[in-house]
Amino acid sequence: MSIVLYRIDDRLIHGQVVVGWGQPLRAGFIVLVDDMVRASEWEQDLYRMGVPSHIEVVFASTAEAAQRLPEWEADPRTGIVLAGTISTMAALCADHRVKRINVGGLHHQPGRSERLRYVYLSDSEAEQLRQLAARGIEITAQDVPTAPAVPLTEFT
Amino acid sequence: MSEPLRGVIVSHSAVAQALVSAVAAITGVSDALIPVSNDGCDGGALGARLATAIGDRPALLFVDLPGGSCLTSSVRLARGKTNVAVVTGVNLAMLLDFVFHRDLPPAEAARRAAEAGARAIRTPAA
Repeated sequence: MSIVLYRIDDRLIHGQVVVGWGQPLRAGFIVLVDDMVRASEWEQDLYRMGVPSHIEVVFASTAEAAQRLPEWEADPRTGIVLAGTISTMAALCADHRVKRINVGGLHHQPGRSERLRYVYLSDSEAEQLRQLAARGIEITAQDVPTAPAVPLTEFT
Repeated sequence: MSEPLRGVIVSHSAVAQALVSAVAAITGVSDALIPVSNDGCDGGALGARLATAIGDRPALLFVDLPGGSCLTSSVRLARGKTNVAVVTGVNLAMLLDFVFHRDLPPAEAARRAAEAGARAIRTPAA
């Protein structure tokens, strides 16, 4: 296997990821890419609490993740890569061939408007996603596997 | 006498509101618990909802799952505060016990809630 889900989700590790996606995908590891969490053992312990022991959790900075993606892609287990922002995911895509990106949850913040119930974007964030799509990456929004995948053109 | 603890139920979807309603229906106590849902929230927004619910009163946060956004936001909020404690795996039994024992220190109330909740999980013979 390899990385089967590249997901943008500002909640990072939570129920939808561990149970909603992790169970049907039989995830063996989750890579949480976030510079702030990578720097805090306390935050890492907090995120580990939501993950069953048979799933390994790897905490990586954006730079570390960009370097280690080939290693994770070659892992025989099924993996999920999580980023909390579009910018973080875009940085991972800069030097790697990511085929699909799942927008799983970006919630309300000042400057963002509602695009879907679980996706709020600023105009510049919508443009970032369109630029990634222009490079051939398939981008859809889908909070859980049983929901329909919404094409990028329908929420930007 | 110190101020009684406020119970804040932190859950996915409408679980918290349903539990508050059930406790009121069973006990008649309607001012001990506040529901907070994570619907539509990132971590920051949920933290703000929790801060508003707690105010400056001593509180016990009842979280639905022992992981995920409800827990991370609750633990971040309680970190370093002696007047706020967290217990996970909320169930109706622990809430029914809590509303009649709100005069405990938060950490002790959390231990009591965990014990009351655990006692209610059984497998009765059919």
